[in-house]
Amino acid sequence: MLSFALRRLGVLAATLIVASLIVFAALEALPGNAAQTMLGAGATPEAVAALASRLGLDQPIPARYLAWIGGALRGDLGLSYAYNSPIAALIGERLAVTLPLAGLAMLVASAVALGAGVYAVERRGRAGDAAVMALSQFGLAIPNFWLAIVLVLIFSVHWRWLPSGGFPGWADPAKALRALVLPALALGLVQAAILTRVTRSALVEAMNEDFMRTARAKGLSRRAALWRHALPNAAPPILVIAGLQFSSLIAGAVVVENVFVLPGLGRLIAQSIANRDVLVVENCVMLLAGLVILVNAMVDMAAAAIDPRLRAP
Amino acid sequence: MSLRLGLLAVGLVALAALMSLIWTPYPPAALDVAHKLGAPSAAHWLGSDALGRDVASEILAGARISLLVGVIAVGVGLALGVALGLIAASVGGLIEDALMKACDFAYAFPALLLAILLTATYGPGIVNAISAIGLANVPVFAKLTRAAANAALSRDYALAARAAGRGAVSIAFNHVLPNIAAPLIVQATIQFAIAILAEAALSYLGLGAQPPLVSWGRMLADAQSWLFVAPRLAVFPGLAIAFAVLGLNLLGDGLRDALDPKLRARS
Repeated sequence: MLSFALRRLGVLAATLIVASLIVFAALEALPGNAAQTMLGAGATPEAVAALASRLGLDQPIPARYLAWIGGALRGDLGLSYAYNSPIAALIGERLAVTLPLAGLAMLVASAVALGAGVYAVERRGRAGDAAVMALSQFGLAIPNFWLAIVLVLIFSVHWRWLPSGGFPGWADPAKALRALVLPALALGLVQAAILTRVTRSALVEAMNEDFMRTARAKGLSRRAALWRHALPNAAPPILVIAGLQFSSLIAGAVVVENVFVLPGLGRLIAQSIANRDVLVVENCVMLLAGLVILVNAMVDMAAAAIDPRLRAP
Repeated sequence: MSLRLGLLAVGLVALAALMSLIWTPYPPAALDVAHKLGAPSAAHWLGSDALGRDVASEILAGARISLLVGVIAVGVGLALGVALGLIAASVGGLIEDALMKACDFAYAFPALLLAILLTATYGPGIVNAISAIGLANVPVFAKLTRAAANAALSRDYALAARAAGRGAVSIAFNHVLPNIAAPLIVQATIQFAIAILAEAALSYLGLGAQPPLVSWGRMLADAQSWLFVAPRLAVFPGLAIAFAVLGLNLLGDGLRDALDPKLRARS
């Protein structure tokens, strides 16, 4: 397990470096330079040159890359041009919304997927199974931001139970959680559609194994055998897919935050694009990509810890 | 069953897109502020939006962008991905390893974030959105092609072609490609659906289709300001997206069952 973990950590580091190169290259490929983009076409050459030197754009490319990475490791990402405040602090504030949102959505997705998957397998081939499969087929087709709008129509416009947007801050945790209910449902339910299908097929696979016959032969009920033997054996593939789905969860959060005007990273990205604050976009995208890559590595290791066969090189 | 339903739904969307090229009830971009936010009626089947545009006409015209994005993004992904995958499988060795490692890295980078990054640096617009979605498709097809091609290359017909003196590239394109078309076609329908969802999300954020282009995602963004006044405006474009994506997913499932019975889900 240790050698697998070390190898996986090596891949993690390499992937992070490649991702940072992609993000850096996208910015480098800008026509003109970032300062030109920020100031717009009407800026004087002197103003552009002044901003370029403030941002360190007059340094050679490798030096700039190293300065960016070095700064990031120290928690210094430079100044936001539009907000005129440190980018690291800006991102830190926004993470306090995006991370809880992603966590809650993952919770919704796992709970629904586990419940619906087990329900379908217990009723395999009958109406309940077919209903779960049909519902998940619809779930796969619905854009999360549209589900978000529909939830607002139902719970905010029609019934007026929950806020339609905005975020009151964590000073009052109950209010803050209330503001995250609809966004987490919109994100989580769409994710649950895929996870339900994965859970169901992994369980169906496990139910056909010899150990299930043994479990039933020693007198366990079908349900007890399912929970105690089929589910733990079906867990690794479900975990791996859930980890891969984390990428679309994060991307979905960027969009859904904009539906609910939540002051998270997604909203910051959208505002910074509007403000042409390229450096903020660059750092936000890098952080989110890094988060996805990190979660995938953690999931791989968790799956390998459960199932030794996955540790083979 | 799902093949027919999927074909029907995708056919209807394609029909709507084609029809909108020659006829829509009203020009989709025509403003009629006097009749804004109108309820569905005989004159406006699905009502009118905040600027008096006919919603039914916009929905029909919106199918064009969705299909266009899907076709180009999947086309780019297929062309580059299949070429890379075939090269990797037929050349093998270091090049294969390097290409597949590169695909793994690209896989780890969320596609929508790539699209956001590209549109943020090069400016919002449908061309950049399509490029980003298409690029994100490349590693998907490259990995699939390489895996399928490696299996096909060890089959007797590939060995026979080799014995007959054909080169690796010729074998890959003339003998392997036709035999791995089935999984590629199935994957293409799935990526098509994903491309439609991605375009809708980007256009919703204002990073995709720009006015006067009509896009279902942008219609939803516009509708959001009027949720309390005219909630129906937020319903129809979403239904259109879901209908198109559902159709493509069903078509993909149906094609998988029809083209490759071995892959049929054991349910």
